[in-house]
Amino acid sequence: MIGYILRRILQAIPVFFGTTLLIYFMVFAMPGDPIVALFGDHGVNEAVAQQLRERYHLDQPFIVQYLIYIGGIFQGDFGTSFSGQPVADILAATFPVTLRLASIALFFEMVVGIGVGLFSGLRKGKLFDSSALVASLILISLPIFVVAFVMQLVFALNLGWARPTVSAAADWSELILPAAVLATVSIAYIIRLTRNSVIETEGMDFVRTAFGKGLSRRRVVGVHILRNSLIPVVTFLAVDFGVLLVGATVTEGIFNVPGVGRTLYQAIIRGEGPTVVSFVTVMVLIYLVVNLLTDLLYAALDPRIRYGK
Amino acid sequence: MSEKNTVEPLLEIRGLKVGFSTQNGDVTAVNGVDLTLMPGQTLAIVGESGSGKSTTAHAIINLLPGTGKITEGSIKFNGQELTALSESELEKVRGRQIGFVPQDPMSNLNPVWSVGFQVEETIKANGVASGKKEIRAKAIEVLKQAGLADAEKRLKQFPHQFSGGMRQRVLIGIGLSANPQLLIADEPTSALDVTVQRTILDHLDELTKEKNTAVILITHDLGLAAERAEQLVVMYRGKIVEAGPSREILENPLHPYTQRLVAAAPSLASRRLSSVKKDSSVAEFDLSAVAAQRTAAVAAKETVIQVTNLCKDYTIRGGSGLKKSSFSAVKNVSFSIARGTTMALVGESGSGKSTVAKMLLGLEKPTSGDIVIDGLRVADLSAKDLFGLRRRMQPVFQDPFGSLDPLVNIFNTIAEPLVTHKVGSRAQRRDRVMELLDQVSLPRTIATRYPNELSGGQRQRVAIARALALKPDIVILDEAVSALDVLVQAQILALLHELQQELGLTYLFITHDLAVVRVIADNVCVMSKGEIVEAASTQEVFDNPREEYTKKLLEAIPGANIKLGNKS
Repeated sequence: MIGYILRRILQAIPVFFGTTLLIYFMVFAMPGDPIVALFGDHGVNEAVAQQLRERYHLDQPFIVQYLIYIGGIFQGDFGTSFSGQPVADILAATFPVTLRLASIALFFEMVVGIGVGLFSGLRKGKLFDSSALVASLILISLPIFVVAFVMQLVFALNLGWARPTVSAAADWSELILPAAVLATVSIAYIIRLTRNSVIETEGMDFVRTAFGKGLSRRRVVGVHILRNSLIPVVTFLAVDFGVLLVGATVTEGIFNVPGVGRTLYQAIIRGEGPTVVSFVTVMVLIYLVVNLLTDLLYAALDPRIRYGK
Repeated sequence: MSEKNTVEPLLEIRGLKVGFSTQNGDVTAVNGVDLTLMPGQTLAIVGESGSGKSTTAHAIINLLPGTGKITEGSIKFNGQELTALSESELEKVRGRQIGFVPQDPMSNLNPVWSVGFQVEETIKANGVASGKKEIRAKAIEVLKQAGLADAEKRLKQFPHQFSGGMRQRVLIGIGLSANPQLLIADEPTSALDVTVQRTILDHLDELTKEKNTAVILITHDLGLAAERAEQLVVMYRGKIVEAGPSREILENPLHPYTQRLVAAAPSLASRRLSSVKKDSSVAEFDLSAVAAQRTAAVAAKETVIQVTNLCKDYTIRGGSGLKKSSFSAVKNVSFSIARGTTMALVGESGSGKSTVAKMLLGLEKPTSGDIVIDGLRVADLSAKDLFGLRRRMQPVFQDPFGSLDPLVNIFNTIAEPLVTHKVGSRAQRRDRVMELLDQVSLPRTIATRYPNELSGGQRQRVAIARALALKPDIVILDEAVSALDVLVQAQILALLHELQQELGLTYLFITHDLAVVRVIADNVCVMSKGEIVEAASTQEVFDNPREEYTKKLLEAIPGANIKLGNKS
């Protein structure tokens, strides 16, 4: 087990370098000179520009820039954005917001997705099941910004339950509406996944045997059907949580959430190499950790899984 | 040993009908079954798959799958009408009054809960004990009774850490944990080796006698039914065709279906053979007749397959991570097979018999030792020569459902080896496939159909046809009839026998079922733990088994101990 975790961490090292190098290269190769863009309409002051280039090492060859940057990361220095703010500060300001947003969305996914999916599976072919299937299909096919605008219109403008956009503080209650929007597509997938998994498990021999033992239906469903059906669902949820954590550009943009997604998007538009690369680096790390946790969770749920190679 | 001789029957089924609704309308699986079972009695229901025997048993405690429903009839248990009970009332009958032991030990324990948990929840649900400690103690007691000596240590383990036999013991323990008056055992041992089957059934007998539990034993094996039950019910297509005391039915079957069943049962055929009775009045496939013919035919012939000191080691991971150890699956195995004869390789699961077959087919490389086929050392062959050798040596595997590609129709399935080995033109291949279909007695119209439209027996015929497509001299049959119903099994065995006579084939017949060996093989090698413990002619092995292990195997054949009286 410990050996397995160590091996996974070792595997993460080349992934880490590979992805950062790739991202750094892509930002480097973006057309346009970010320094020139900074001057906007004022005309370029060559002396200042040269000074800025030197400060951000933009006059160095690509690989040197990359190595300087990576070296900085290992000393805890994520670089400075063009506005002079340390990137580490921006990370510290935006990640908690996204973490809150992701947690609420995950909660919705678990409660609504698994709940509806379980009910659907146990009532296969009945009205509830058919309605849930149709509803989930509609949710899957709708683009997320449509869902977002509709929810904004209904819950914020018509009913007045929430504010249409999020304040700079972005506390828990404000994030419920954007989280619900963010969760919709995954909820639809989880409903379908849970439903099919429940139906499959229900037909297993050990479920019949459980009834034969004299267990109540409630217990058979809760203990034997639910746990077995949740194995694939939990895997999906865990991976999805990783996706949520690295930010949702569209949803955060629509609701003006000061989270990772929106900030990264703005940094890309401005061509801020250090900011973009730092954000992506942290995302890669989060992704690797979440993936490892998913695999460990998988083993906790299913005792047949052993980690060998 | 009941205290009072109650005249009231424990279970009374009258006019039971069970239907399933399918896409093509309703299907009646059980069509008017009447049964009476007295307290403490053992009753066996025998029939082939699809006969409705399991459905009848499941209907008693309403464990019918999916769309299954009791459409008519009554089931009275201790005077109580079970069909009228609500789901929650039935919960109180299940487990407490009627125990259930399911068929396949591999799939009937929930893989994600520990064995102890699954026993304990039964005890708790049926109110046998309360309080954590008491429930645990009871669980250990129940498992010990079922024959798990180290139950305390194993409570925390998961089903996949148990062998098939151990799991079946757990399931029997669960079934009997609440001391029910009736135990329904649905093919409780058909997935197990014969010797394991025997110990488990002996144990079940003992337990149910001790507790005076009535048992309904569902099985496809007539010999087993007769050995274990006083009363026998034979089912065919949803109906009871014959019922009465076991011995009587066996000795004097009245219904034509029962007569065919008795003739086809390999275990019984073996017995009849040893008492030299050739009663060919019944059935199209009388196995004893086939076998009698065979014993006359063996003479000294040239050797086709010569295996010398064959060994196979596997490297396995040890208990704690990095340690590796070696496991000998096959140790110093030597034998030879003469042209046109059948050699049976017999053993329990894990004895290494299938590994030997894989090495012969070149699917596994031996660790050491020689395989010589027709004077050619397999180890020295180039890839091209090996390809050529495969042409002359074809396999038929156990599972007729798994060994045919469901997306390929029958014609292409049989023609595939011809295409692979570039034999003949399209038209010639077509003719060959038709000829093969004739040889295995399948209608030519079947060529355009797909495997899922065929029965298990038909599929196995297709697999045999495919193996014969290249006109091989050697056919390796790995448990080729083990998954089939007795009647189908008898047909396939007869077919194999005919084909051998006609085409001069050499068979290596791998099986765990000694009863089948008697009717098909000329020579027998008995394998145990990777070694050949006994090798002799079939006659000798059956009449004078030298090794203890062989004797054990022979005794374990269900029905082997039944003396079929000297009827004229």
